[in-house]
Amino acid sequence: MTSTVETGALDLDELRKQFPLLEQESHGKRLVYLDSAASSQRPRAVLEAMDHYYETTHANVHRGVYAIAEEATRQFEAARHAVGRFIGAPHPGTEVVFAKNATEALNLVAHSYGRHLLPEGKAILLTELEHHANLVPWLMLAAERGVELRYIPVGEDYRLDLSGLDALMDGVGLVGVSCMSNVLGTINDLGPIVAAAHAAGALVVADGSQLVPHRPVDVVSMGVDLLAFTGHKMLGPTGIGVLWGREELLEAMPPFLGGGEMIRDVRLDGFTPNDLPWKFEAGTPPIAEAVGLHAAIGFPEAVGMDRIAAHEAELTSRAIELLNERHGDELKIFGPPADPVWRGGVLSLGFRDIHAHDLAQVLDAEGVCVRAGHHCAKPLMRRLGVTATARASFYLYNGEDDVVALSDALDVAAAFFG
Amino acid sequence: MAGLEDLYREIILDHYRSPRNRGELPVPPAHRVEGFNPLCGDEIVVYLEVDDGIVKDLRIAGQGCSISQSSASMMSASVKGKPVEEARTLIRSFKAMMSIHEHSLGGDETDGEDEEAATVKPDDLGELAALQGVVKFPVRIKCATLSWNTLAQGLDEIAAGVPSGG
Repeated sequence: MTSTVETGALDLDELRKQFPLLEQESHGKRLVYLDSAASSQRPRAVLEAMDHYYETTHANVHRGVYAIAEEATRQFEAARHAVGRFIGAPHPGTEVVFAKNATEALNLVAHSYGRHLLPEGKAILLTELEHHANLVPWLMLAAERGVELRYIPVGEDYRLDLSGLDALMDGVGLVGVSCMSNVLGTINDLGPIVAAAHAAGALVVADGSQLVPHRPVDVVSMGVDLLAFTGHKMLGPTGIGVLWGREELLEAMPPFLGGGEMIRDVRLDGFTPNDLPWKFEAGTPPIAEAVGLHAAIGFPEAVGMDRIAAHEAELTSRAIELLNERHGDELKIFGPPADPVWRGGVLSLGFRDIHAHDLAQVLDAEGVCVRAGHHCAKPLMRRLGVTATARASFYLYNGEDDVVALSDALDVAAAFFG
Repeated sequence: MAGLEDLYREIILDHYRSPRNRGELPVPPAHRVEGFNPLCGDEIVVYLEVDDGIVKDLRIAGQGCSISQSSASMMSASVKGKPVEEARTLIRSFKAMMSIHEHSLGGDETDGEDEEAATVKPDDLGELAALQGVVKFPVRIKCATLSWNTLAQGLDEIAAGVPSGG
């Protein structure tokens, strides 16, 4: 296999060998995985870390006084610190809350802050390009508390239209915004949004699910108050997500789920919540998953997030160029033009008049895995005037050979549907 | 392993390229009913005109993949002009043909009562049998059953005197 893409010092052949799943075939062809925006694959190091944990260490955390229980607790909390350091959290030990996924992390904010601390009469400002995970929890809150929801529109350039931001921000108590669109690949400029929100006294909760795996992220310079993301999109296991929040904010927020672990004292007539971050972690947490996530973070840390970001930006640029060159007007890419800073490696495609499902089915027969559908962003799809797109998304293990395979498969689809 | 030709039979592609009974009917007298596939966002609208126990006319609108569109087209051709009871038997038969995997997917509302009622074997379903290959692609079963579920809902609504939905 040869890769002609400029990868800087990334050696794709060596890198791919560390991902067992990428070594297999699909329908007798090389498996071309272009769906990392839905879920990434994991390197062997993550699988081994989790196996090793289960084989040598597993016990419940924060309970037993025996050696393996203490070691399990140590590894679980070490994972928390590693995640915190990865995103530049000032207080990793208290500000990183483990949840089931980003969706649960955002629901935590909607339940805890939204139902108890959002001042009466304040509106919530979202955007038209949010994933359902950052829409439905707020729609539920709106239905329950009668909170007004507003939306920053998406412009013709597939970017957030901030021209009316000041008017939209008037009377807003909380802003929910995605760092990067999972449909368009647009990386949002959060700077002006955060500044306007804070000037209006509003909090900003960011959905980092698509950005954290692909770009260096520093929560302090980003300026947001809360950041949600998920492990399985960043080489880690499923079943673990993260909510980072400023310490004093999390301190003020009441618990979300109730149960063991999240309490300091329970009486028959009430309870006292535990300290941060365990206050938000009811029940046995995802311990092995935290160990796996710790190992997952080690992977990009070793490779270098800057190099990964550069590789993906270059690949995205090359992909747009190559696909437009080979397929011209028959292919529509819903998203902004290539840009090293403001565009991520997500290409939502419309090809001829072939429905996304049919397209993805033919691509699958060619070994090419893409996502087809509305990508859990139905309001955005309506805005785009389509019901479904086929989406190819890149990660550090993808190269130009994958883009060529995609392009070849598009030709097969064109021939098949005539 | 199932190949694409199991899924995309020529008759299916023909119905996709030249859908039968495409369009709308004035409401009323026709009854309008919408169906959604939450997985992919496909939407279908069925316009039904039932008179004297007969499906006098029907039209299909909306958009979707080749499987959902061709299944809708075939459905329209097979029930138009037929007595409502015959249409219901066809719905049961078609869903029975599709149901094996639907159950394993935790899928549709094919209940036990339906399965005991009269059905037609796949071999006697005419060109509808071409859609049998869809069961080899479990994710696409909901595409194939969308229009049939929508038709069933429409017939139920007409029988119950429910006004046309959105």
